[in-house]
Formats: sequence, C-alpha cells, structure tokens
Amino acid sequence: MIATAPARGPATDGRAPAAPGSRTAGAVLLRRLVLPLLVIALLIAAWDVAIRVLAIPPYVIPTPASVGQALVKERARLLENAVPTVVESLGGFALGNLVAIAAAIAFVHNKTLERALYPVAVAVRTLPIVAIAPIFVLMLGNGYAPKIAIAALITFFPTLVNMVEGLESADPQALELMHVLSASKTETFRYVRWPSSLPYLFSAMRIASTSSVLGALVAEWIGTNKGLGYLIVLTTYDFRTALLYAAMVVTSAIALAFFFLVSVLEWLLVRWER
Amino acid sequence: MATVDIACRGVSMVFGTGPGAVPALGDVTLDVARGEFAALIGPSGCGKSTLLRLIADVLQPTGGTIEVRGGPPMRARLAREFGFVFQHAGLLPWRDALANVSLPLEVGGWGRRHAPPHPPEALLELVGLQGFTHAFPRQLSGGMQQRVSIARALVTGPPILLMDEPFGALDEITRDHLNQELLRIWAATGTTIIFVTHSIPEAVYLSNRVFVFGPRPGRVTAEVRIELPSPREPALKDTPEFGRYTAALRRALAASASA
Repeated sequence: MIATAPARGPATDGRAPAAPGSRTAGAVLLRRLVLPLLVIALLIAAWDVAIRVLAIPPYVIPTPASVGQALVKERARLLENAVPTVVESLGGFALGNLVAIAAAIAFVHNKTLERALYPVAVAVRTLPIVAIAPIFVLMLGNGYAPKIAIAALITFFPTLVNMVEGLESADPQALELMHVLSASKTETFRYVRWPSSLPYLFSAMRIASTSSVLGALVAEWIGTNKGLGYLIVLTTYDFRTALLYAAMVVTSAIALAFFFLVSVLEWLLVRWER
Repeated sequence: MATVDIACRGVSMVFGTGPGAVPALGDVTLDVARGEFAALIGPSGCGKSTLLRLIADVLQPTGGTIEVRGGPPMRARLAREFGFVFQHAGLLPWRDALANVSLPLEVGGWGRRHAPPHPPEALLELVGLQGFTHAFPRQLSGGMQQRVSIARALVTGPPILLMDEPFGALDEITRDHLNQELLRIWAATGTTIIFVTHSIPEAVYLSNRVFVFGPRPGRVTAEVRIELPSPREPALKDTPEFGRYTAALRRALAASASA
C-alpha cells in the first residue's frame, strides 16, 4: 500500500486554479449583444437618412420602413420560400461536413490517399460556384438534389482543410503516450486525435453554417420556382425591391440562426477551450 | 548483485540512412538493477532521451540489444511494465485530472482485465493533488500538471518508471519540491527509475547511480555511484559530500565534452 502525502496545501508549487471570469454576465451581454444591435440601428438610420437626402427612388433602394412592411405583409410567402432554402442548406451542411470528416480521417491514416486526392479537392475548390450550379441542375434535375449538392460542395472544402489540420494537431507527447500504452489506432483516434480536432472542426463549421445558405441560394437562381434564391431573382426583375430586401433579411436571419446553433453546440462540446 | 531490470548491450541508434544519417547513440552498455534510481545526464543532443525511447519500445535500435525485465522492450510495453513521464506533462486537455490519471486503465481495457493496484484518487493524493480531482489541465500550474502525469504513469503499478527530464521546464523552487515528492514516491513504491536530466545537483540528489553521456554519437563516458544516505533531505545539498559528488560530475561532463 502506498503512503499518502503528508498534510500540506495542495497548491504550493504554483498558481491557484483559474479564478472565474471577472467580467459579470451583464457586462458580457452588453458587449456581445447590445453593442452590435446599436451599430445595426445606426446603420438603418443612416440608410433612411441617405434615401431622403439623396432622393433615391424606391425601386432602386427601398426605405427601411417599406422593407419592414414587406416582412409583415408578405410573411406567408417569405416563410413558404424559406422552407426549401432551410432544407437545402441543412442537407448540404450535413452532407458536406460528413464527407469532409470522412475524407480527412482517411487522409490522416493513409498518406498516399492524401497525396492523390488533396490536390484534386483544392482544384475543385477553385471552380466558381456560379458555374457549377447550372451543371449540377443539368445532372441532378430541378428538385432538392442539385441545391443540396452545391451547399454540400461549398461546405466541404473548409471542413476538409481544417479537419486534416485538426487531426494532425494532436500533441506529439500524447501520441507517444498512446504508443507506450500499446493503444490501437482506433483508440489513439478516439482518445487523442478526434478530441484534438474538435476545435478545428467547429471553426470550419462556423464558416460552413453561413456559406451553406449561400450555396443553396445560388443554386436556387437556376431551374427552380421556389426558395429564397428564386424569390430574390424574381423580385429583382420585377423591381419589387422592398420584398427583395425582405427576402435578404430572412436569408441573413437563417444564416445567423445556423451560426448561432453551431456556436451553442461548440460551447457544449468543446468545454476545455473555454 | 541484485536482479537486473534493464540491460543495454552495445546499443546504437542511427536516424535516417545514407549520407544524411544522424548517429544518435553509439555502443551504449549499461545495467540498471531492480529498485535502483539511475540518472542519465549529459548535454542536449547526446541521445539520453533517445535511449529512454529505445527502452520504452517507442523507437527500435539499429544495433545492440535491450532487455527489460528479462525480455524484449516490446514484451514489457505490452505488459505495461513501465510508466513514462514526459518533459511536458502531455495531459489531454479535455479530461480532468482524475480522467487523465485513469487513461492508462481505459486504453486496451487494462482496468477491466487487471485490478488496479491503487485507485486513481489515491494516486492523486500521493502526488499531493487531493482537491484537484476535477480540475482541467489548463486550470493547473506546470508543476501540478507534471504531478498528474506522474500519477498517470503510476496508475497501472508499473515496476519501472522512465522519466524524460520531467522537471526540466519547471522553476527551481517547484523542481526542488517535486524532487522531494519523487523520492518519497520512490521509497513508497520501490519502483526502478531511469531519470534523464540536465541538472547536476538533481542527478546527485535523486539517484543511486549517474551515467554521464557524451555527445555525437551519444555514449556513456563515465559512471558515478552516489553513496549518500537515504532518506535524503534538502539539507544534504549543503554538505561537503554532496559538493564532492557535484564537482566529480562536473569534471566528468567537461571531460566527456572535450573527448
């Protein structure tokens, strides 16, 4: 049996454990929420003033009030068109991230595969998304498939790059420790590589959460008659600028909601980074 | 002669091949007896850490043989006959202190197949971290992190402890403190310890025997038996005998560098 340590203060050899943050919850709320909202309010006010002072016609730029009215009056139509965009963005986000994570895991365990496929992935990335969109519509038809594919494609690349980096970021000493413990490749992955990669994965997913909405939107410009992308194109041609701006506000709200969801998930799962 | 726990016979190690090959170790022969505290000391890049990794079966020697408790290092690694303490604690930041100490029990299901000799909580207590069981590594100081990593190395009750400059990154006050803790743990567990260090007083204070390494390629240039009484107390460092040993080691290191 081991003798235990003589009674003694445990923190004699260094600093005490980190004290809880000195900033209060109220101060955090002010900095995180109130300040950006204030900036947005100022921008809207400036927008309104500019239209009046410069006498800009409403079909070029609508007033903030008319955009607000469009949001309320056309809410049924906006909602109806928001549903397909949300489905496509979420589907593309999930698909793109899953494929990217799987590819990153394969790359880290097989260097030949990485050398063969990584440049191809980079090359695909350089193709302009507006050019790929019609090609996907030709191949996959008019349904959800081409939109999900494009949202997935736009999501894929940042996650692949970050995930490969994240899996490689594991502490070399932790990897050596796993070797000393005769851990299997699966165990090394589960105990060290996967958790090490999570902060990288989440920073990629934060980018993807908004860009997947962008992907779905671009895909809806062609070959469809529903979705916020379609609504944006339609209202632009019809000079219904107030509704166009309302559609933009809804799109932005969806992207922000996704971003927020990913951030909450990160906050819950990556506790040790806080 | 007591039982030999670790036997190195003509061990050499070359990294890489061809004209770019780097000889790290050349012809190292040494024995460490069961229960002994052996220190390896020498300048940076003399292969001390490489030798430790060869014993731990992290690297394979290019020449010579190593036996750990009568068998190849791989057998000892699979049987968890040694614990390894790294220079930087190498804790998993997403696990609290207790979960870090328990990691070796989880990997390979070791804890399910063997009765752990000491509960992880008791080991945290042994290294003086009672009350910090659920602290995460980033909430702990460097010295506390290194204590967690020592508890982690001891959790499967290994008969051998391999320590690679474990206190090298710590300030002197913390280092002295942990030296005392390590001697206490060594006395309590009877573990064979191989301890790599840069510090002459640390080597003299802790060990029974010091192997002095010379550079390029690394080899043992001198062996000094430290016959100071145990248990050792900090006041020992002020005695003339202690000074004679540190002076002898200093001379041996100077000679090995110019050789």
